[in-house]
Amino acid sequence: MSDSASNDTLTSQESPSPAERATLVGGRRRMSTDRWFQRLCIATAAASVMVLVFLLASILVEGIPALTSTLVLGTPEPNPDEAGMWPAITGTLWVCSLCALISLPLGIGTAVLLEEFKPRSKFALRAYQLIQLNISNLAGVPSVVYGILGLTAFVSMFSLFDQVREPGAAAYEIGATYYDQFSNLASDPFLSMGSEEVAERYFFVPVNARTDAPTIPKPGMQALEYVDNVLVPVEVTVTDPFDAPAEPEALSYAIDINAVPGRISEKNWYYFRLPFGRGVLAGALTLMLVILPVVIISAQEALRAVPSSLRDGALGIGATPWQVVWNVTLPASIPGIMTGSILAMSRAIGETAPILIIAGIVYIRNSPHHLMDSYTVMPLQIYNWTSRPQEEFHQIAAGGIILLLAILMTFNAVAVLIRHRMHKQQV
Amino acid sequence: MSIVSRDRKVQVMNNTGEPIPSESANAAPGQKPEVALHLDNLSAWYGDFQALHSITLDIPKNQVTAFIGPSGCGKSTLLRWFNRMNDTIFSARATGTLRMGDQDLLSSRTDVVDLRRRVGIVFQKPNPFPKSIFENVAFGPRLHMKLNRSELNDLVEWALRKASVWQEVKDRLHSPAVGLSGGQQQRLCIARAIAVGPEMLLMDEPCSALDPASTLAIENLMDELRSQYTIVIVTHNMQQAARSSDRTLFFFEGRLIEAGDTELIFTKPTQKQTEDYVRGRFG
Repeated sequence: MSDSASNDTLTSQESPSPAERATLVGGRRRMSTDRWFQRLCIATAAASVMVLVFLLASILVEGIPALTSTLVLGTPEPNPDEAGMWPAITGTLWVCSLCALISLPLGIGTAVLLEEFKPRSKFALRAYQLIQLNISNLAGVPSVVYGILGLTAFVSMFSLFDQVREPGAAAYEIGATYYDQFSNLASDPFLSMGSEEVAERYFFVPVNARTDAPTIPKPGMQALEYVDNVLVPVEVTVTDPFDAPAEPEALSYAIDINAVPGRISEKNWYYFRLPFGRGVLAGALTLMLVILPVVIISAQEALRAVPSSLRDGALGIGATPWQVVWNVTLPASIPGIMTGSILAMSRAIGETAPILIIAGIVYIRNSPHHLMDSYTVMPLQIYNWTSRPQEEFHQIAAGGIILLLAILMTFNAVAVLIRHRMHKQQV
Repeated sequence: MSIVSRDRKVQVMNNTGEPIPSESANAAPGQKPEVALHLDNLSAWYGDFQALHSITLDIPKNQVTAFIGPSGCGKSTLLRWFNRMNDTIFSARATGTLRMGDQDLLSSRTDVVDLRRRVGIVFQKPNPFPKSIFENVAFGPRLHMKLNRSELNDLVEWALRKASVWQEVKDRLHSPAVGLSGGQQQRLCIARAIAVGPEMLLMDEPCSALDPASTLAIENLMDELRSQYTIVIVTHNMQQAARSSDRTLFFFEGRLIEAGDTELIFTKPTQKQTEDYVRGRFG
């Protein structure tokens, strides 16, 4: 545009066009820039892979000798040679499967609402946008914050139930049976009559069958006895422990008529109480908070990737919105949803900070047996061991990391397999 | 006035939308053909934008009606109101009368699901579900009908035969539908629409993504289907409208400019705009 008079003659034959006049960039220099950029990309890619390889190698070298059946099946012990992480492994399985069971339906349901049922009214649209904004923000919240939230909301439930409950009133719980524990005394002179040896026996009387302490046990009452670690019902025949026993083998006694018998409880796997306390369910719900935003966002992406022509096709032959979602949109987006869920679950398995706050570092020697049972998880056990001064503990911690990775990869492999299957079925 | 196109006598309307009585191939001579859809003063909006301006017309039964017009003239919008597909669009609304028999299709009490069963739709791009060929056709019947296994098999075969795609797919009913060619997919989509027993088929540029051979197959199919179904086709392809329709309606900027017998629209259009369009001078 140096010559304003030639503005109209840009297309004329005589003067060259600006494109023709311009100096071209040298081809060789361009090629070398291209090559160097490619090398840079290779270097950055290699850097991350190298770090991973180095980490894995050091863990393997240190951890492989520690990989013993004791490590897998044993319980945490003060002696590193006898220590294992079975409670942590089962704890991880409990917490993570429970977390998946809760968060996947919730997350996918939320995504379906946000993607498939767009509102018509302006107010509802605002609400949707607010939810969307919230979810995006929640995905960036540090997990330790969720730990504190979980502690307040799930573990103690804002202390709501502690204050309302009167002393002695029934607890807010289902799935537990309480027993009062009684024992005869093997040394009881009434029982060891003559040369006959009578072993010490424990009897468990269901608490709700009990009326008042001194009358326990009484005839006709159902009591339970441990035989080879199994509770077996026995018929109680004698009330007064100081009466002469007619049949010594069938007797049961309170140790002391005035003693408060030991009260124990048997809990079913679905045992449920309020508040949740430091149990498996509280841990699973807290992990749910951590991964829910990831699950929702990835499920939304997957649903958005389903071409709207498929929805139109289904609607066009008279499918209801529910039928469209269930028969067309969800099946088509399941591979994508699975991918996001796998990533989210991997994160849940490795998550330590919120569990540290929820469960605390406690010495857990048993696998969880019900939803409210105390538990520990693998990352927490590993953290526990690495924080000890002895070198042996560091080795079994490395072994634990290998186990954790193995479980993680098994989870992922199963999910990839399912995804592959579903993909095959569709296409 | 009796202009015969390919041995079919068709109803003709003048440009104000008043039906002019004429003989129909499907009605007894001298009788008016039955009306499948009756539109009176139908206007439609997307938000503040008015896409259709007071459309008044009748769609005759068991005939092929073609909607032509340049892009954005509202013909697809109108078509998608016929089975309320526009419900899926947030800002779409319509006023006026749209009747199918005694039923007011625009009423909020209309059973949209049943309406869409009775008025099937075929889209521009073939959109088979990512399922097997059989499952694609069985999808609709499973939603609407109680059928046992053999009844379903019979129904699927019938629909595929009706859509003249049976010979090509009968040996691979359980292979994925997306493996079919574009033309076969589109005929599969027509079979899918037929399988639920509609009275009317809406076709939204059904051949624009297809090669000429597949287009010909679809056009032949429409010719066969017209005896049982009322067909409305939106097309950009003037030759297609001329070849395969009984009546042609020309839309421009949301208005119905001219409606009439296909032969007349293409040979002696009364409106200047119609003439320019069908001569290929714009659009």
